[in-house]
Amino acid sequence: MAEAVPFGAESLAGGRARAARRVLDQVVLPGEELLLPEQEDVEGPGGAGERPLRLNAGARSRLRVVCGPGLRRCGDRLLVTKCGRLRHKDPGSGSSGGVYWVDSQQKRYVPVKGDHVIGIVTAKSGDIFKVDVGGSEPASLSYLAFEGATKRNRPNVQVGDLIYGQFVVANKDMEPEMVCIDSCGRANGMGVIGHDGLLFKVTLGLIRKLLAPDCEIIQEVGRLYPLEIVFGMNGRIWVKAKTIQQTLILANILEACEHMTADQRKQIFARLAES
Amino acid sequence: MEGPMRADAKVCSEGGTESSPRGPGCSLRHFACEQNLLSRPDGSASFLQGVAEKSRERLIRNTCEAVVLGALHPRTSITVVLQVVSDAGSLLACCLNAACMALVDAGVPMRALFCGVTCALDSDGTLVLDPTVKQEKEARAVLTFALDSVERKLLMSTTKGLYSDAELQQCLAAAQAASQHVFRFYRESLQRRYSKS
Repeated sequence: MAEAVPFGAESLAGGRARAARRVLDQVVLPGEELLLPEQEDVEGPGGAGERPLRLNAGARSRLRVVCGPGLRRCGDRLLVTKCGRLRHKDPGSGSSGGVYWVDSQQKRYVPVKGDHVIGIVTAKSGDIFKVDVGGSEPASLSYLAFEGATKRNRPNVQVGDLIYGQFVVANKDMEPEMVCIDSCGRANGMGVIGHDGLLFKVTLGLIRKLLAPDCEIIQEVGRLYPLEIVFGMNGRIWVKAKTIQQTLILANILEACEHMTADQRKQIFARLAES
Repeated sequence: MEGPMRADAKVCSEGGTESSPRGPGCSLRHFACEQNLLSRPDGSASFLQGVAEKSRERLIRNTCEAVVLGALHPRTSITVVLQVVSDAGSLLACCLNAACMALVDAGVPMRALFCGVTCALDSDGTLVLDPTVKQEKEARAVLTFALDSVERKLLMSTTKGLYSDAELQQCLAAAQAASQHVFRFYRESLQRRYSKS
């Protein structure tokens, strides 16, 4: 583009806010502002500043919209902070207006309270284990946070072990803390993961796709070989099959799933099932 | 604003050597060299060609800091590593665009996108956008701007050479118009990326 461009030729009105409802499932970029359905009437065909006169102000519904990942509240609008597809979930009942969030592809995990993650124990200091979960800080795990653990009966956790647990404290201001029991004191599948198997890393978007309720990939994989598999929301998957070769095949399939279409995947599964 | 006089004023001494321009026919920039400045490794040297090296990094950092929502990640450092594959002119603008795309790819929360645009003014006063290396060398002034995507506001500007106030405004307006193309390209390439999933 090495030629002179006449200045002032184009209007600079690129930052106009759009209605969130009309941008659903489209790619949104950081910096865009979205209007909630409530505000659409105000910015309607009358132009900026004209408000329709409402005679029964009480009937106007007050929607409470939840702002999910990738969005921030900016005045009475939503500001997009990450690039991705805008999604919306209607609430089943109740007066809230549902949840809006941005589905972005990301490799880096940021700890969120309630997420189940796979961590690697990096240090043992006194009563606390330091667990690397892929965030900016290692999470702390108390030795009493295992099922049936007491001061006399310590759990058998060594440095380098894999732990499947959930966060009880995870915000930007404090060090994340995780536990391996749920609120009733039961393990519920959490705790130390066995010594064999393979741990590998994938993007966060793929994990969410695999954990979606209607995902066929896991069912197809299960029909192929008997396997044990653990998904961590921090992008880590642990997989174990009968032989090392099967484990590696499964790991390669899961990593490649991100870029394959459904047909390609079915072809590969068919070929593997024959051999 | 860095003028040509500043290159000579910034002198690197203390065991280093420097070469000054030998005369009007010399086409090389001022450079300075320092050796054995680190004690641990077996050998080390620092070579400075022109004065642009450190300030370029500072400019990119300031632009990123203005746009990234750092308050969401306290006590965390975000490192941006830029590697020049080839320099065909407008290097700083290219670095800014690459840094913005990398931050978006990493999922770092930002309040807007940004882009870099370079303008060169030659001796007639003709404005050339996105100049090549040859055009930059022959230009009377080279101006680089970083603009944000929301309202095309100016985030950073660095200039070298002589120009008038009217020419500055003209360059800025041209850069703002050109940034539309860059942001449209960002949008298209990001849409293409997300269409695969």
